[in-house]
Amino acid sequence: MKQCCECSSTASSQKEGFENSSDLSLLDPIFEKYKHKAGSLISILQQAQEVYGYLPLSVLDYIAEETGIKAPVIYGVATFYTQFRLNPIGKHLIMLCMGTACHVNGAKDIEEAICDELKIADGETTTDGLFTLNNVACLGCCSLSPVMMINGETYAKLTPEKTRKILKEIRKNDQQQVEEAA
Amino acid sequence: MKIYRIHALICAGGQCISAGGDSFEEALKRAIKEKGLEDEIQVVETGCMGSCEKGPMMVIYPEGTLYINLVPEDANEIVEEHFLKGRPIDRLMWKEADGNFPTLDQVPFFALQTKIVLRNCGIIDADSIEEYIAREGYSALAKALTSMSPDQVVDEVKKSGLRGRGGAGFPTGLKWEYAAQTPSEQKYVVTNADEGDPGAYMDRSILEGDPHTIIEGMAIAGYGIGADKGYIYCRAEYPIAVQRMQNAIKKAKKMGLLGKNILGSDFSFDLELRIGAGAFVCGEETALLNSIEGKRGEPNLKPPFPSEKGLFGQPTVINNVETFANIPFIVCEGHEKFKRIGTETNTGTKVFSLAGKVITTGLIEVPLGITLRKIIYDIGGGIPNGKKFKGVLMGGPSGGVVPASMLDTPIDFESLDEIGSMMGSGGMIVMDEDSCMVDIAKYFLEFTVDESCGKCTPCREGTQQMLEILKRISSGKGAEADLAELEKLGETIAVTSLCGLGQSAPNPVLSTMRWFMDEYEAHIKSKKCIANVCDMK
Ligand SMILES: Cc1cc2nc3c(=O)[nH]c(=O)nc-3n(C[C@H](O)[C@H](O)[C@H](O)COP(=O)(O)O)c2cc1C
Ligand code: FES
Repeated sequence: MKQCCECSSTASSQKEGFENSSDLSLLDPIFEKYKHKAGSLISILQQAQEVYGYLPLSVLDYIAEETGIKAPVIYGVATFYTQFRLNPIGKHLIMLCMGTACHVNGAKDIEEAICDELKIADGETTTDGLFTLNNVACLGCCSLSPVMMINGETYAKLTPEKTRKILKEIRKNDQQQVEEAA
Repeated sequence: MKIYRIHALICAGGQCISAGGDSFEEALKRAIKEKGLEDEIQVVETGCMGSCEKGPMMVIYPEGTLYINLVPEDANEIVEEHFLKGRPIDRLMWKEADGNFPTLDQVPFFALQTKIVLRNCGIIDADSIEEYIAREGYSALAKALTSMSPDQVVDEVKKSGLRGRGGAGFPTGLKWEYAAQTPSEQKYVVTNADEGDPGAYMDRSILEGDPHTIIEGMAIAGYGIGADKGYIYCRAEYPIAVQRMQNAIKKAKKMGLLGKNILGSDFSFDLELRIGAGAFVCGEETALLNSIEGKRGEPNLKPPFPSEKGLFGQPTVINNVETFANIPFIVCEGHEKFKRIGTETNTGTKVFSLAGKVITTGLIEVPLGITLRKIIYDIGGGIPNGKKFKGVLMGGPSGGVVPASMLDTPIDFESLDEIGSMMGSGGMIVMDEDSCMVDIAKYFLEFTVDESCGKCTPCREGTQQMLEILKRISSGKGAEADLAELEKLGETIAVTSLCGLGQSAPNPVLSTMRWFMDEYEAHIKSKKCIANVCDMK
């Protein structure tokens, strides 16, 4: 189970699309901001991930170069915390709550519905790059369980049918947007 | 200041927003504008009101009418009927078997609570420092700085008997005293807002609903121990809490309640917010401090304790969100008044998040020493759908289950320990006959196996072995010898693990075995899951 975390700010940048991971100069304002603050590596990694959507190796190496922190230490931190992703994710990130309240109220059935509808398992991305599924520990909405969050929006009191409908709707809206753009 | 005829308080807690509170608020404001009532009716966004399942909700003052489960379509009717004609709307009121409860103070869910920590939640606009001040906010800090010595502050907290609300119940005043007595140029105050118990959200609601109370509590701690710098470590899953906290820090700085020479005194205190990166073990205090330093969030062996050698190697007081939220009350009202609430050795209140199979779920604050029966049946309204109560999970992955036969146990740190459960941070998940106890034990072990940081062997390997056995049992392949093996492993892991995560990881298994051995045996001997949860192949 992943205890992945997303700020709403991450979710919004997700909608607008991420920056190209080869443009490392985007990191410079972040270094400037944390230059004099002790223990800022995690904050730097968090903001880098907000820019690129994930942490490509080139970005980790550049952070090592700029901060003087040894690269293995940075890899060690980036792999310790579940928030950090070393691979890109789909356009819509589904965070499905697997906390205790949600578990008692049937989160397993919701997971089955998602996996069946999208043909992916926890941590995977659909082949069209549209959805990534991440199981998380608790979204703090336990009174509304079972719960999932997609792009910062919470969907509460889920049933398997309701879940499938929500996913279908997102897919439909997405197709419409693509068609309109074309 | 403008005087309004009516104040409409809309809950802007995370769960009410999730349930559509924003769109209701928009619709209500539009309807008020259409009728030209903007000068008569003020709409205020407040923090969590508590009964989150009934959201979005709104309380209308002066009389305190409570409306629940609101949708945008209700807005026009509320404005026309209630605001214009003075006729409250029955269909939007709180209902129970014995009728409607028109106002908030009549609903048993609210009437049976005692609010210290949540005194401002659901009443003030969390983004307004003025409203916090209007309810005596920052007067405890002012009192401490102008009329108390640092020693007196620590002494007051000590005498109050306040114990840490993060799980272990360590006396807060004592912790402060240790840090105060350790000589050092630089000391720190840290708030643990990592809230790792999966299925609990007390701290979230305090952070979102009354951020200044935490700032005030921390500043008082800083004055007491001689620290001029504080950190709040908040988990990233709580974006609204992060945003309101950041805003609150900014406003407090602007008003001179944080920063240099606070209120004209010699005392300076600055605060920084850090966002967690997703690791349960980071809720453990030494791991959390490592994480603030930008390192992997692995725990250290104690001693030395943080009060001696904490953040960046300096003396540090680290307390839970709810612990700090008690401080302004204690300093302002005095320890005598605080001690009148709760029991002799467990003073004050505790906030619980009540979830699972109970009629009214939500956030409650009750005096310590109350029984679980009162919470579940009187406040929570009992078990829905005529089902049978089976147990309550307390203390999350470190805790245990309290069975029906123990419902009259008083809720205090010692009594819960005795029956193999624990207070924990305040998660309370009610289960009915549809929950399987073997499945619950397996669920928690899956969680700990996943979250074990891997630094020590008993926790890393031992929990894995326990999980394998539980998987066997829950798929109908268990043998009788497995039960003894589980117990043996559990006891070894508990005494040999490095930190609290491993030490308490076997609790959910041992506790379910203690009270629900019949269910384990049914899985093993008759290959049957009574609750029909496990897939017995
Ligand atoms: C695995 C583990 C997880 C913990 N998680 C939390 C947490 O999420 N929040 C918290 O306040 N304390 C947590 N604690 C307890 C802290 O280590 C520490 O005791 C607490 O922050 C002290 O504050 P208090 O005295 O105010 O309770 C955890 C402990 C362990 C061993
Ligand atoms: S357990 Fe799912 S939101 Fe808390």
